[in-house]
Amino acid sequence: MKFTKLAISNPVDLIYGNAPHPITTRHGMVIGGGTVYPELNFTLPDIDIRKESMPAIARHYKQIVTDALERAAELDVPAVMLEFETLPPMTEFPDLGMEVVDILLHGIEHARDKYGLRATLRCTPNDNREFVRPPVMRGGRYLDAMLELFDRSAAAGTEFLSIESVGGKEVHDDALVNGDLRAVMFALCVLGVRDMRFLWEHIVAIASKHGAYAAGDTACGFGNTAMVLAERKMIPRLFASVVRAITAVRSLVAYECGAVGPGKDCGYENPILKAITGCPMSMEGKTAACAHLSPMGNLAAATADLWSNESVQNIKLLGGMAPTCYMEQLVYDCRLMNCASGEGKESALTLRNWLVKSDAGHDPQALIISPESSVRIAESIVRSKSHYHAGIAAARTAITILREATEGGCLPSDPRETSWLQRMEDELDEMPDTEDEFIDEMLEEVDRTKFNPDEYFFGQPHA
Amino acid sequence: MNTLEDLKTAVINGKRKEVKAIMPDLLDSGFEPSAVLEQALIPAMSVVGERFKRNEIFVPEMLVAARAMKEAMAQLEPRLVAAGIKPQYTAVIGTVEGDLHDIGKNLVATMWKGTGFEVIDLGVNVSADAFLAAIDQHKPHLVGLSALLTTTMPAMKDTVAAIRNAGHTDLKILVGGAPITDSYAAEIGADGYSRDAASAVDAARKALAA
Ligand code: B1M
Repeated sequence: MKFTKLAISNPVDLIYGNAPHPITTRHGMVIGGGTVYPELNFTLPDIDIRKESMPAIARHYKQIVTDALERAAELDVPAVMLEFETLPPMTEFPDLGMEVVDILLHGIEHARDKYGLRATLRCTPNDNREFVRPPVMRGGRYLDAMLELFDRSAAAGTEFLSIESVGGKEVHDDALVNGDLRAVMFALCVLGVRDMRFLWEHIVAIASKHGAYAAGDTACGFGNTAMVLAERKMIPRLFASVVRAITAVRSLVAYECGAVGPGKDCGYENPILKAITGCPMSMEGKTAACAHLSPMGNLAAATADLWSNESVQNIKLLGGMAPTCYMEQLVYDCRLMNCASGEGKESALTLRNWLVKSDAGHDPQALIISPESSVRIAESIVRSKSHYHAGIAAARTAITILREATEGGCLPSDPRETSWLQRMEDELDEMPDTEDEFIDEMLEEVDRTKFNPDEYFFGQPHA
Repeated sequence: MNTLEDLKTAVINGKRKEVKAIMPDLLDSGFEPSAVLEQALIPAMSVVGERFKRNEIFVPEMLVAARAMKEAMAQLEPRLVAAGIKPQYTAVIGTVEGDLHDIGKNLVATMWKGTGFEVIDLGVNVSADAFLAAIDQHKPHLVGLSALLTTTMPAMKDTVAAIRNAGHTDLKILVGGAPITDSYAAEIGADGYSRDAASAVDAARKALAA
């Protein structure tokens, strides 16, 4: 493990707006340097994405960037991040994606000239490698197109590069619906870790070539899938919460490869990563209700350096187009946090603790990413000798935290749920001592029609 | 001697090994294959489906039962074929072109299998042409389309149009997925919509009966 000690070891210091390693953008926006800024994310309403529909698509993005930045300026925001999370054809055909990147960069520049607003862009191409089944991870046109979009986008002026990578997901999806913790561990800590190393070497290289920042990844397709399934009562919440703790091991690899943050908004494992790396993190919560339900709308803000709405369609609301309205909401959320920290650490902590306390007793997923739990889980990760062992350690710590909370009355205790704590612990007890043994066992168990081990470098030096 | 009730209970509880042992016993002691299907397996899965609908069990428990049913079907199918009994309905299902979301679609497929449909799952990112080819090959009674992205809703619409334009005007089409609504289903010419996997069985049966 590259990180062997925590950047933030005292939960009191794990707080919004402040990261031990802040980042300064080209135009002087400091992320993690004391102020929380909005990060606006947006998407299209239902529209076919083809070359022919690009004029209509371009109009949407022009409208989004113009109106949303105008609203930000009207509300006296000194700086904002925009995130362009592409839609799959925009990565598959980088010319389409670049058309939007150019529109957004132009809008950002215009807002800087007109209002003095220091806005910047994060570009998050899609990881389309799983369009081929089983996924082809190490080459092929999907990987090439994705790297091309990263490269051209950074060359054009995008400052932050992110991705929601999918390595290991072909195994993880089934693992989740089957409640299979061993397969979760294999997907995240064996397959995911290997793929992240491969991918992030490329992204970091592209970023440094263009003077951009390799920002961070997210275990969205893993942890958030589990969270959504749990919220829909499809899998136990306690199981999904343990999965969340394990996802931190996978997402950490981006930082081990040189990512510097801000971590991607939908990575609810980010507080754990902030404690380990000291890098600033983007988070989303109550103001992302437009995108999905999350059981930690307030708590997620407790450690945020950027505060995001995750995604909203460009549709008309009474207050304006939806992205503009969401910009406004994010601005007010950030104002409150910045006002509290402006009054000093004690006020900042009071607000942070309210954010935590108002959610932590309602849902195990929230409890798991509270500052206290995050530091405990982070500690168990950095003390481990490999990612495999870190996954087991994170899961065990999460189970201990959840047991303490359910038995201590801090979380509701439903026997249908709590029986899973023992079930998961039993599975962890059965895990072999070494990763090699584990891989041998899992290669026998996993459905080979869905996954190709050769794509993960088994038996090769890179592994 | 084992009874149909024993088989039903074993499937409900997801006891695959037990199911494996009970099946030959039942079949050798003269139970009609159709009775095993209709009086034990389908009712078992319908109990499981109901429990899931009422949030009494989670998906992993439901899938354990589904695997137990699959175990039984592996033994039962040759007998059903020999007796000339075909599944009442065949369904083709897939996630539309450009869309990779499949967890919801897989659950719908599981529920349909549990109710005795033969289900051909085409996977994700399925083009209209691939749906048409599967329709020609399998002659289904029902086609299920899933879409999770607002940007792939047009692909759903195009797929429904392609199916209709190919002359399959009576073929029942059921659609679903987070951004899909009842009114969108009607607008694009589908025969039904369901908001979740648990109600997809009723929605399919309703469309098929219409
Ligand atoms: C035939 O008849 C029927 C009948 C009923 C049917 C049916 C068919 N199909 C479904 N149903 C119904 O029954 C099912 C069971 O009850 C239900 O199925 P659901 O699928 O709704 O429910 C499942 C049981 C659980 N739900 C899910 O599995 C979906 C959850 C969310 C979080 C989600 C997930 C998990 C994923 N995602 Co995606 N994802 C989101 C989702 C957010 C949300 N609120 O839904 C959504 C849909 N994704 C989104 C996006 C943007 C994307 N995703 C992407 C990728 C992924 C993952 C791969 C990481 C993962 C999918 C894993 C998988 N194997 O399916 C990308 C697209 C990839 C692609 N080409 O499809 C990407 C573009 C992200 C990116 N930047 O790369 C958003 C869509 C926005 C939009 N414009 O539409 C999104 C709403 C998240 C968000 N808040 O932004 C019902 O809808």
